[in-house]
Amino acid sequence: MSLLATRKEKFLWWGITPVTARRITNFKANRRGYWSLWIFATLFVLSLFAELIANDRPIIVWYDGGLYLSSINRYAEKTFGGEFETEADYTDPFVQKKIRERGWMVWPLIPYRYDTQVIGLPKPSPTAPSDGNWLGTDDQARDITARIIYGFRLSVLFGLILTSLSTVIGVFMGAVQGYFGGWTDLSLQRFIEIWESVPILYLLIILSAIIEPNFWWLLIILLLFSWMSLVGVVRAEFLRARNFDYVRAARALGASNATIMFKHLLPNAMVATLTFMPFVLSSSIVALTSLDFLGYGLPPGSPSLGELLKQGRSNIEAPWLGITAFVVLAILLSLLVFIGEAVRDAFDPRKSIAAAAPPPEENSDSALTKPALRGASVQ
Amino acid sequence: MIGDRLLSVDNLQVDFSTPNGPLHAVKGISFYVDRGETLAIVGESGSGKSVSALSILQLLPYPQASHPSGRIVYQDHELIGAPQPILRKIRGNRISMIFQEPLTALNPLHTVEKQINEVLRLHKGMLKSAARRRTLDLLDKVGIRDAERRLSSFPHELSGGQRQRIMIAMALANEPDLLIADEPTTAVDVTIQAQILKLLKDLQAEMGMGILFITHDLGVVEHFADRVAVMRLGEIVEQGTVQSVFGNPQHEYTRRLLASELKGAPPAVPNDAKEILSAKDFKVWYPIKSGVFRRTVGHVKAVDNVTFKIRYGEAVGIVGESGSGKTSMGLGLLRLISSRGSIIYQGQNIQGLGWKALRPLRREMQIVFQDPFGSLSPRLSVGEIVEEGLKIHGIGSPDEREKAVIEALAETGLDPETRHRYPHEFSGGQRQRISIARAMVLKPNVVVLDEPTSALDRSVQSQIIDLLHRLQHDHNLAYLFISHDLKVVRAMSHHVIVMRDGKVVEQGPAIEVLDNPQAPYTQVLMDAAFDFKADETGVVTG
Repeated sequence: MSLLATRKEKFLWWGITPVTARRITNFKANRRGYWSLWIFATLFVLSLFAELIANDRPIIVWYDGGLYLSSINRYAEKTFGGEFETEADYTDPFVQKKIRERGWMVWPLIPYRYDTQVIGLPKPSPTAPSDGNWLGTDDQARDITARIIYGFRLSVLFGLILTSLSTVIGVFMGAVQGYFGGWTDLSLQRFIEIWESVPILYLLIILSAIIEPNFWWLLIILLLFSWMSLVGVVRAEFLRARNFDYVRAARALGASNATIMFKHLLPNAMVATLTFMPFVLSSSIVALTSLDFLGYGLPPGSPSLGELLKQGRSNIEAPWLGITAFVVLAILLSLLVFIGEAVRDAFDPRKSIAAAAPPPEENSDSALTKPALRGASVQ
Repeated sequence: MIGDRLLSVDNLQVDFSTPNGPLHAVKGISFYVDRGETLAIVGESGSGKSVSALSILQLLPYPQASHPSGRIVYQDHELIGAPQPILRKIRGNRISMIFQEPLTALNPLHTVEKQINEVLRLHKGMLKSAARRRTLDLLDKVGIRDAERRLSSFPHELSGGQRQRIMIAMALANEPDLLIADEPTTAVDVTIQAQILKLLKDLQAEMGMGILFITHDLGVVEHFADRVAVMRLGEIVEQGTVQSVFGNPQHEYTRRLLASELKGAPPAVPNDAKEILSAKDFKVWYPIKSGVFRRTVGHVKAVDNVTFKIRYGEAVGIVGESGSGKTSMGLGLLRLISSRGSIIYQGQNIQGLGWKALRPLRREMQIVFQDPFGSLSPRLSVGEIVEEGLKIHGIGSPDEREKAVIEALAETGLDPETRHRYPHEFSGGQRQRISIARAMVLKPNVVVLDEPTSALDRSVQSQIIDLLHRLQHDHNLAYLFISHDLKVVRAMSHHVIVMRDGKVVEQGPAIEVLDNPQAPYTQVLMDAAFDFKADETGVVTG
């Protein structure tokens, strides 16, 4: 069994097959996509800890020999020697003074949350970028940097959840249609055609009159319509491949429909799916942004890139609003597309490895007498 | 006019620039073609023979391709680096070319008339009516019956043989001095091949042109060419008259090529061997549906009333040309497509069995397909491909399965270390070995071999056949061997079934059917396959 031991490779701390190792190598070979992934991952992870970067509460408070995780837990003002039972307002000079007397506190880099109104601005809001507010403030005197950080997190999370759900549904529906064909295919195709022609925007406007749209409502409504974008490509791949010899061979081996679909046909459809996924992800983000821009999106006050764009439009004299929102969106969407390209390359076995033609046939008859030596010529 | 030098190629080199540095496809070859003679360039795939032919007309993708050295002289004209106007005057006019696959070489959107007329009007400046007369004349010459009606046909309405005839008519429209034929008969059936070769020979005698014939088939060369050049890895290893090269080969590679003509017989079957699989009144009918409600209005009878049996360790060969229903038969017997009639496997009729009941039997009945590129999932590694059957049938622990995969790969002559690679990294012959390993790892009793060798070079074919013989002997396997290639069938089968249009034409022990055929169609088939004799009786039309 020494053969088994020699081929194991490692990625981080997982043991992986050489096949996966090669995919990772392929992914890394696309430098632009590789760096985009790192940049995107860093930004995303940082934004997940937005509460520690931009908050109107200190990260930690040391008071009277005790440690308070003020960024996570809520403490009454009384805890720090104040007068009220209500939560301490750490920006209040009175509370600050009380804490300083018997301890200290560590403030985040940006001392504002997405909904903190900045007090004491020199001019009426929106104000231009300054030392205190790096990207300025919006028309409700909220710090834009803080709103961008929270808005980025919200957009990406929304996009990721919507994309994964619609990919699962879309791939499943496409696979079923392409694999079984016939009446299944025909009726589902007609259903999709009808469903696709439902005007989503009007539906949302009507719905928002009945319910108060929030994160999950928007997710469900957009999901109802976004799963269709992948059905076409997946269905085409399954239709094309279901009569391939290797699918027949699998059937001759006794494989079940589910096995054939998942193991033999799905990997074929994966390249098409993965090529589309960054676009689905970015279009999900764009959909949310545009709904916010139109005012039918997230509830008022939510940190949203679309809402920032809307402010940019209504406050033409404050160009930092629109420019900031545009730059953030452009960077986010570009990063996603670059990553998608690299993922696609990684899953394509013909790419980069197969630059050379298949090896020439070996004619020596010794091939049959020394089986173990044969095939070593395959580079 | 014989002895008049038409074309001489001197020390020709062809390089292709690739990301991994230059690829030397042709490494300094020299040959010549005289008027009225046929030079055959023979070699296996990848030997550079097609590249050499294309470089004569400067049809390679320049500038990726380049000629570091060499001269190609056609009647005092140097063709390498010749200006485009001169090349255009020569191409299709003085030197014509016919290709292997006539369906892709003809424009699918143009009628036969338009395609042939184009050549005439381009080079001869003929008017429409004159061109039409000449086209009719040409079609008649290449043996297209009912030429007037065929003028308005589109390529897809013609059979493979007719398409190849149209290609020849196009090539000959301007009475070229030299005809380059790049594997012109590889894609057609043997009976049609014999007819096409006869047609080329007749036309050559009539028009006195030189033919540069490119092929991998030594049998064709022996019957068709005057002189032969044997190519290998971009070099000509031997050239001379057909008699001298075939009678007294000098180079070791030529000898091996000639020796790789299939020999050998299947291992003997003991007389008391038990029957394993039989079929009675076996039919595969495809329904023809029409109308809004897709009612079945008739059937295409792909396989009609076939009865036969196979014993342990025996190989039954099914022979037929394309469209004879032999592949449908193989798939139908394994219940991969729907069929009628009884299929008895080890005393049990499996025709009516449901998918679940059939599943354990799937392990014992395996199939190997023709196309070594299409039959392996491109996104699974070789190990995963071979292991799959074991997984489906729940055989062994992961370690035991890996061991079985290693054994199966070694048994089929592959390095077990290659199991982590993907199929595209293997050559055709190696892929076919992987397909065989996938079937063998399950220890089957019956294997359907659907043209397992037809996509391979002859020398690789004989290796695969040796392998199949060895496996049959070691495991007492029953083979259902489907092929259009009678030489391969002779080397493989104990029993032969000759099929045509879904029906059995003749059936019996291999030696009797192949050496002493009774049915007229079988006789024509044998003549065409072994002697390249075209049918004169009208049994086959193409």
